Amino acid sequence: MHDVTRAAAGPHSTVPAGGSQPPRAADGLRHAEHVMGTVFSFDIRDRPTPEVRDALAEAVAWLHHVDAVFSTYRRDSAISRMARGHMGVSDRPSEVADVLTRCEKAAAATDGWFSHTPGGRLDPSGLVKGWATERASQILYDAGARNTCVNGGGDLQLRGEAAPGSAWRIGIAHPLHPGQLLTVVTGRDLAVATSGTAERGHHILDPHTGLPAMGLVSVTVTGRHLTEVDAYATALFAMGDAPARTWTRAHSAYETLLVTSAGDVWQSEHFPAARHDNPPTCHGG
Amino acid sequence: MRRVAVTTLSTAAGVVLLLSLKPHQSHPPAVSAPRPTTSTPPTAATGTRTGDFTGDAIDTRYGPVQVSVTLDKGRLAAVHVLQVPSESGRDQEIAARAVPRLNEEALGAQNARIDAVSGASYTSEGYIQSLQSALDKAGA
Repeated sequence: MHDVTRAAAGPHSTVPAGGSQPPRAADGLRHAEHVMGTVFSFDIRDRPTPEVRDALAEAVAWLHHVDAVFSTYRRDSAISRMARGHMGVSDRPSEVADVLTRCEKAAAATDGWFSHTPGGRLDPSGLVKGWATERASQILYDAGARNTCVNGGGDLQLRGEAAPGSAWRIGIAHPLHPGQLLTVVTGRDLAVATSGTAERGHHILDPHTGLPAMGLVSVTVTGRHLTEVDAYATALFAMGDAPARTWTRAHSAYETLLVTSAGDVWQSEHFPAARHDNPPTCHGG
Repeated sequence: MRRVAVTTLSTAAGVVLLLSLKPHQSHPPAVSAPRPTTSTPPTAATGTRTGDFTGDAIDTRYGPVQVSVTLDKGRLAAVHVLQVPSESGRDQEIAARAVPRLNEEALGAQNARIDAVSGASYTSEGYIQSLQSALDKAGA
């Protein structure tokens, strides 16, 4: 298991903790990949067939491919060359058109609060990571892995369940108390994305003013597909408290948890927070 | 007993995720990706190692971060912060607040069943990568 995973992932990989939830403890497959400036964690709860192992390798290779195409920190990436006007439309990798189309849809769905041209420069980074994560999840699914969690730098695409009869449980990091959890969400076939100041300071800009978005410290959005969920989390953070609530109420496919800079917490009516958050007792015998 | 060990290990993995991801910085640092110094894959069954395991020091934008972990038969028993950023000003203040909380969480979360975490926190990248490095060395 480890040999295959390491071989698949290349020199930057690490072999993470091998435990998974019983009763699939012997069957799971885990991997952490450092790529795109963050860590992508794969947690596969299905039996690791050769097809699933191959798919994991393919998903990891996919993430590196996305990084090579879309990184705004690489001068030789397609997106950087496009931003400099050094690449014609016909030379663009096929994924670029897909991403830009999705960016335009996200911008339209959020009244411009999501933007892939912040400051006038082409930068679809706000959508690429979620999109790449969702696609990685799909690669696993197509190979037969039906119960998976792919965590792309804190934004997750979940499929199936953690164990037979048990939904996935995802902690939401507390934006004001680092290392602590704000709440736990549960779900099957769910996407969860969090945007906030805790990640990178005030890195989300108000596309209308160019100034850092203020008023909220954390926005978590849930829905079915991480591509949109991630983009909307970014957009809602930029909107601020009241508009974000209004947007959520108008979009029933998405649920939202907000934390304001004053420490107030608001969650939409059907936000999938765990009903009972008491941790199970751990008996020593 | 085995069930306990397995459950705790998966919690440790959850903590790893909790502390990882989304660095508090506007651009990737020049050197931030972890480079485990050992390439030996774990050979023993997971969840059986006991002892202290020191992670690699990781350079973050704010300075080096290094931790060690204590495993008791594979169970995450303690996290020790060996180095934190020493820059002056607000970053240091934040680091001073954050690290003990991270430490608390790493211990306190053992009983919570969390499969993964959304969101992250300041200097988590260096912290977690160092913790990850330590866990890798331990073969946990």
